[in-house]
Formats: sequence, structure tokens, C-alpha cells
Amino acid sequence: MLIGQDLIRADGPAKVTGQARYVDDVRPDGCLYGFTVRSPWAHARIDGIELDPDFDWTDITVCTAADIPGENVVALMTDDQPVLADGVVRHVAEPVALVAGPDRDRALAASHHVRVAYTPLTPLMDPEVSAGNAHRIFRDDNVYSRITVEHGEAERVLAETDTVITGTYRVGLQEQLYIEPQGMMAIPRADGGVTLFGSMQCPYYIVKALKRVLGHDDLNVVQAVTGGGFGGKEEYPSIVAAHAAVLALKAGRPVKLIYRRDDDLRATTKRHPAIMHYRVAVDRATGKLQAAHVKLLFDGGAYNTLSPVVNSRAVLHALGPYACPHVKVEGLMVATNTPPNGAFRGFGAPQVMFAAERHMDRIARELGRSPLELRRLNLYQDGDVTPSGQRLVDVGATQVLELALKEAEAGLPASGVPDRAGGGGAAARVAPGRGVAIAWHGCGFTGNGEAALKGQADVAIEGDRVVIYTASTDIGQGTDTIFPAIVAEVLGISVDRVANADHDTATVPDSGPTVASRTAMVVGGVVKQAAEKLLAALQAEVGAEGAFDDLLAQRKSAAPLRVRAQYRDDLGLVWDPATYRGDAYPTYGWACVIVDVDVDLDTGEVLYRRLVSATDVGKALNPVLCTGQLEGGALQGLGYATCEEVVLDDQGGMRNNRLTNYIIPTALDAPEMVTALVEIPFSGGPFGAKGIGEIPHDVPAAAVAQAIEAACGAVLDRLPMTPERVLAALQES
Amino acid sequence: MITSHAPVHCPADLAEALALRAAHPEAMPLAGGTDVMVFVESGTLSPPAFLNLWGLAELRGVQADGDGLRLGALCTYTELEADARVQATAPALVEAARTVGAKQIQNRGTLAGNVANASPAGDSLPVLLALDAEVEVASVRGTRRIPMDALYTGYRKLALAPDELITAICLPARHPADVQYYRKVGTRLAQAISKVMLGGRLRIEGGVVTEARVAFGSVAAFPVRARTVEAALVGRPVDAAAADLVGADIKPIDDIRSTATYRLEVARRILQGWLAAVAAEGASSSR
Repeated sequence: MLIGQDLIRADGPAKVTGQARYVDDVRPDGCLYGFTVRSPWAHARIDGIELDPDFDWTDITVCTAADIPGENVVALMTDDQPVLADGVVRHVAEPVALVAGPDRDRALAASHHVRVAYTPLTPLMDPEVSAGNAHRIFRDDNVYSRITVEHGEAERVLAETDTVITGTYRVGLQEQLYIEPQGMMAIPRADGGVTLFGSMQCPYYIVKALKRVLGHDDLNVVQAVTGGGFGGKEEYPSIVAAHAAVLALKAGRPVKLIYRRDDDLRATTKRHPAIMHYRVAVDRATGKLQAAHVKLLFDGGAYNTLSPVVNSRAVLHALGPYACPHVKVEGLMVATNTPPNGAFRGFGAPQVMFAAERHMDRIARELGRSPLELRRLNLYQDGDVTPSGQRLVDVGATQVLELALKEAEAGLPASGVPDRAGGGGAAARVAPGRGVAIAWHGCGFTGNGEAALKGQADVAIEGDRVVIYTASTDIGQGTDTIFPAIVAEVLGISVDRVANADHDTATVPDSGPTVASRTAMVVGGVVKQAAEKLLAALQAEVGAEGAFDDLLAQRKSAAPLRVRAQYRDDLGLVWDPATYRGDAYPTYGWACVIVDVDVDLDTGEVLYRRLVSATDVGKALNPVLCTGQLEGGALQGLGYATCEEVVLDDQGGMRNNRLTNYIIPTALDAPEMVTALVEIPFSGGPFGAKGIGEIPHDVPAAAVAQAIEAACGAVLDRLPMTPERVLAALQES
Repeated sequence: MITSHAPVHCPADLAEALALRAAHPEAMPLAGGTDVMVFVESGTLSPPAFLNLWGLAELRGVQADGDGLRLGALCTYTELEADARVQATAPALVEAARTVGAKQIQNRGTLAGNVANASPAGDSLPVLLALDAEVEVASVRGTRRIPMDALYTGYRKLALAPDELITAICLPARHPADVQYYRKVGTRLAQAISKVMLGGRLRIEGGVVTEARVAFGSVAAFPVRARTVEAALVGRPVDAAAADLVGADIKPIDDIRSTATYRLEVARRILQGWLAAVAAEGASSSR
């Protein structure tokens, strides 16, 4: 059995020995380096673009909107975003022009001599006044998405119930912070087409976008080794690819665009900030939730990107894993003149689950019950119905909670405060605290999205090897390790005889994007199906039954034998996207996070001692990779909790756009982690697997907030909970 | 600028280094490079030339200096952390060295580089102030010592002549009645630029404070001593209430890393916490 084994990761040896080739490691002959000229203004009219006559332009290629061969549009959900601003800029750092030169310094120097004349206009920066504002950014009302999920009669019950508890919660931007910045290379081919090679999650998104930009479809997209994505390389690489392609076609040479970290942080998408109002009726005697009305407001930034889908996931997860008979959730996603926000691990869920869990803490506080008791009373059980009307089966909420509590009973590591360098030693005054939070996370696309998408995968016999063809990229999460294990398991052969083809759209089918915790669960299932089909095709060809290798030996043809499988919709999901009623997700993951902290009472610093989690993963296809995903997601969640703050200037530009001042946790900040796995199999996933990529990011922040409150009484309803905010809350408590 | 094509002068000994310094005062001295490289990459700094000091044997090592210590300008933080004499003389400086960057930075970065870089947030600087350290500087004209307290004349401005180089940091002997303290409040536990730092030294003789040094970093244009607090501490038993006077000595600002309000309040609290701990220690040891 290969499934459930800790197979060594396929990309590991090349990465640890420095052999892996990232896009910036590749430089074809004659390759130019590109640089992007960006808007300094949140909103401005472009009056003209001129080249400094005193600068030597002989080896420089310059492109503006006029040089785009096809349409000036980044094709995604709507056509509102231009490849290069034309006449007007709608956010700071918006691309206005492109330059390419023989090396980076020349390109950078040239960028300073592209003179763009702007007339600054008054920007709209406040999402709370965006909807319907006379200042139009998107269509006629600045609304990217408005979704209501309703079940029962929330308003009536709220009006009739004595105990109604209200609260408002705020979360800020968060940067994905993949270690490898955005990077893409465009290579004009001798046959007139163009090849895009770079760092990405979704090769077919780029194909779709570039067809429109180039005005033809003679292109292929190849994923380079990619140093992390977390959603930040879902949709944004289409823009980098379009820029590289436009420059390369004009120059007639390959062009490489590698973002510097400061540009990457200023220009690229981030997690949507949100303001979330909760109003919940509760029965004081039983502690049971009676009704809830939730209003969510998200800031999408200046272009739509994937914001409506983020709003969708947010409204569907807004109440957390708790049963409530009457629910109304209204989600509103609006435009502002700030850099567009986009996909990021969790995709709307971490925002609302922070609010939902904090609201449970508030209810517990007002009812005089413990936060844990209130959760136990209201956690989803089998047969409960979600706000969209989905009846739940195989609910793992209680199981993950009880397992995490049991794991957390083991001895706590000693407080790290006295020993920490510069930490004040015995003079430091700290208080310990523990917080418990619980997440649910819908795996894969919403409703019958997979049935509409029809993701495909090929598996082929090539000599004595088997090759897998998918568009599902490995961005560090382990896809290239898991797919061969699935195929080898089905075929009964050694895993080292199974390889992944390069993720090149010239040769791989469209498996759907590498997003939404869907790759192992959905595409893994299609790969499994393809392997089964291959075995059947081989049996048919040799006209016999038996083991794969025996059949292969009997095969007369030396030609490759390749089969294709497509996602099969046999789950019977019923979903109405018009009313948001029905089976919102094929299945749900469940997770409990318990955090032990020390709060420094003099400085408001939160120090992590231990994070215990228990997560229902369906089936851990590769336990080490699975645990690694869960631990990494948890640490990213702790960064969201206390230190990751995007500081904006008055134009909406990121002021702390360096790794020295956008603060993510280091290894020293990470707590000891205990990561327990629960396996409640999902019938629709390969070997029972569920999606696990996003759920670990959902509730660490809520657990930390509860732990801080337990430690020192400070109540924080806003992320990030920086020492400045903790100290202020401490002074108020 | 992303890369630098500036020439690098590599003197073989200190005499040649000083001659080069005099001839090319515009050349940026380079020791561990942990600050300079960052400035060059970010475009903050594009010096026309570099003066690489890394190979100068004369600037290495810890030596006795009367009863005190002379720390060569190329002493790295890792060397200071491991040196028994430094541990005995300046435990607070060892503590500060442990908070610099991360291990890789401590292996390469130098104490003198921290002094020369003159960042208000330089991790070691409040301790050097508290210890009454002196900075030894040399030029073709000779050698002199500048008290730490007189070294900084403004934001990133040092009282050095254009032809002078820092050659050592000198620490006085540790008085048996001295207690030292260091506290860094940063943005995280490694690779952190500080929001507030406190370096402190109290001499307590016969239950009374006879000398007090209280210095803060990241609260002014350069690291500063809190003289009002120091004056209030001297001549009486340790009184934690002296921390409440800190507002008279420091006027922190809002910046990208923190706020003036937070810095002032935390400066007061960590000072109060230290003084209270020293007072409690004194009370228990006198019983």
C-alpha cells in the first residue's frame, strides 16, 4: 500500500541540492529583462506618456496600452481590468507602461525615464461608502458581488428573543508571501507562436487570458518550479504573463519579468479586508443558538478579480461549524481605489471564521458560560442543516474537538519568555492563556462547480514507465508526489516508474485550477480514474486480465498508450446558484486548534508556546506532506493573528513592502506543534481523501484571541492583534 | 540599483586602510556588510567605492584594556556571545548580541558596524551607552577615543572626521556593585527591528544607588540616555516609580513599526519592571 505512506517528495532532492530550475534560473540567448512602470496615484487621469529624450533608448523596448496586439483586458470573471492602464489609473501601483533591456539595471534605469503625466483625481478609499457612491469604479454601483443566504426566519426570531448579542469584527489585508516572487518569461517561437514559462498555479488561466491579449491562440504555458503560491499565483500571473508577452512580441526576443519583492508586495493581490457585523439570538437557559443575522462587507480593491467567489465562500462559512435554525447572511463585496485583492488560502473563510469564533466567545462571556461549553452545545452533528439548507453527514466537529483536547492535556512546554534573547529575563511579567477554536471548510468548488468544470487528466504508458498529464501544479503542497502514488497504487507498480509530465498546456489537458483545496481530492480522483481506465485499456489491447506488468509484457505495440479521464459527477449534489440553496460543497473538513500563549503584560507581545490541532482529512494520502500542510497553514494563521499587518499610505500603497517590515513569523516565533489527523473518509475523494490545503489557516487567529482574553482579560475583535492593540486593550480591560 | 559595480579597496593592513580612508573618504567602509548590502540592494545607498576592512588582522579579537576590554572592530556578535571575558564584563551586551538579526547575521555582523551604522534601532547601542563604553577611532593623524555618549550628533551622524575609522569598542571594568540589564521589544523573535530597547546599569552600594545609567533605543533620532530618570534614581534605594519620569527624557515618534504612544508606554513599563525586579532582589538579599 503506497497510500498512507510517507513517500519522499518528488521535488525534494532537486530543491535541497539546488538543482531545481525556477524561472529566474533560466536565461535563453538574447533574453531581455523587463520592468513595470506603475502608477504613483490611487486614481488619476493619464495625460500622456513620453520618453526622456536625454536617455539612451537604443537597447530598450517600451510598451504602453497601444502596443497590445489584441484586447487590453485581463480575462478572468469580468473584463474590467486592463493589461496596461489606458487613460486612467484606478489604483496605486497599477501597471502603466513596460520596459525591457539587456539587464536588470538597464531596465530599472529606463523605467525612471518613462515620463507619465498624470492629473490626480480624488480616490474612493473607504469600502463603507462605496456601494452606490457617485464615484464609479465598477459598473454603476461599485458592487462586485452581493449574496444573501437565508434559512428560516432570522429577523422574526431575533425580534422575538430576549437575548440578542451583537458584535463587530474587523480584519486587515494579508499578503500571501510566497518565497519566490512573481516571475514569468515569454519566448517568441520560430513558428510564430509564443511560450510562457513561469511561476504559477493555473496554466490554463494564463491561456485563457493571453488568447485575448494576443488576439490568437498560438501559445502554450509551462509551469516552472514554483516557490509557493497560497492563492497569490492563482490569477495574478496572467498579468505578469501578458506583460512579458507584449514586451517579447515587440522586442522579438525572450523577455523575463521577475518582480522585486518591494514591487511584488506593492502591486499584487492580498487577502480581502472585512468588516463583519454579527447579531445572534440565543436561549439563555440552554445556551443554544436561535437565530443569526450576519452582515459582511469586503473591500475588493479596484478590479473584480475573483472577489465574487471570495464573497460566496465567506457567506457560506459565516456562522462557523454551529447549528442555528434561523440564519440570514448578507455578503457585500465592493470596489475602492486600492490595489485589487484576490485569492489567498481560505478564500474568505479565515475572515468570517475569526468573526464567528469571536462572536461565540462574546456570547459565552455574556451568558457566563465557558467558551468551550458553548461550542460543545452548538457544534454541528450528523443530520444538522447548514444555512444553505444542506443536510450534513459524517460530521467530524466533535471528534476533532475532543481529540485536540486530549492531545492538549499532555504536559505543556515551559514558557519561553525568561530564556528568550533580550526578553527581560526574570523581570518580564507574563500571563499564560489557552484558546480553543473550531473550523469547518467546504472542500473543492462550490455547489456543482466541478460538474461544470469537467476537470481532465491523462495517464499514459510510455515504454515501461507511466506518465501522468495534468494541469495541476505542484507549488510546494506535494501534488507531484501524491499523483504518482495514486497511479502506482492502482496499477500495482513501483512508484518510481510513474512520472509527472511537465505542466505544459501543449501536452496536458485542463484539469481545472490548482485552488480551493481541490487538487488531491478532485483531480486526484480523476487521476485515479484515469489509471483504472489505463489498466482496462491495456487489458482490452492484449485481450487478457491480470497484473499490470504481466499485461505490459504481453503488449505487442511499443507505441504509447494514453487514456483520458474526466471528472464524473456521481455525488448527486443539488445546488441553485441563483438562490444559494442546496448542497454548497461536496464535503467539509473539520478542524480544532488549541493555542497556548504567554501574553507579556508590559509590552502586549503574544508568545506562542504550543499549537495543538486535530483535523479531519478524510484520508492522509501522504501523512508527512499532509502534516506539513497543516503546520504551515497554522503558522500562516498565527501570522494573520498577531503580526502580519499591511500598512498603507494615503494613496493605498503598501508602506511596509519589505520583508524587514512586513512581519511574518520566523522559526523562532513558531510554537511547538502537535498535529493530529482524523480520517473520516469522503466517498467522492480518492481513497477517502478530503481537501486540506486551506482549513489550517481558518481559526488559529480566533484561538489566539481567546487565549489572550483568557490570559489577561484583553478583548480583541480586530486582526492583526499587534502588541500595540493588545496593550491598548489591556489598558481598557 | 540592484547590483553594484563600484570598486572595492582591499587594504592588507590597518596602515594601508587608514591611508586609503584619507585618500578616498567617499569609499564606504565595509565590515560584515549586513547593513550595507541591504542598503545597496534596496537602492538606499550607492557608494562610488567600498573600503573592505574584513581582512585586517589588527581589528580582530578581544583584548585586555587596563581592567576593561578592548573589542576589535571586526568582533562579530557570535564572538562576543562566546567570549568568557565579555560575558563577565558585559552580560547585557551579550544579551543584546543574541537579539541581533538571526544566527547568520550574528556570525557575520560586527559590533563596530552596529555603532558605525548609527541606526536609532541599533540593538547594541543602548547597552554601550549604559556601560559607558568608548569608541576608539584611528586615522593617519593618530588615534583617539570618543565616549559613546558623545558619539552621535544627529540622525545617523557620528562625531568622526572623514578620514577616521572605528578600530575598537572599549568597555570599562565591571564594578562589583553594578547590575546590568537589556531588554529589546521587537516585531518578532528573530530578524526583528526593535520598537523599544532599554539598556540599564545601576551601582548599588549600601542599599543606595550611587550611579545610574538608563538608555533607550528606537525612541529618538539616535540612542539616548534618560538623564531625568538617572538623576531621580541616584542617592536613594532603587525606586521603580522613577520610571514614570521617562516622558521627560524621550519623545518617540509614530513610524512604520509602531506608535509614539506605544513606545512611550512600553519604555515606562519595561523600565518600571526592571527597577521593581532589582528592588525586590535587593530586598530579599538584604534579609
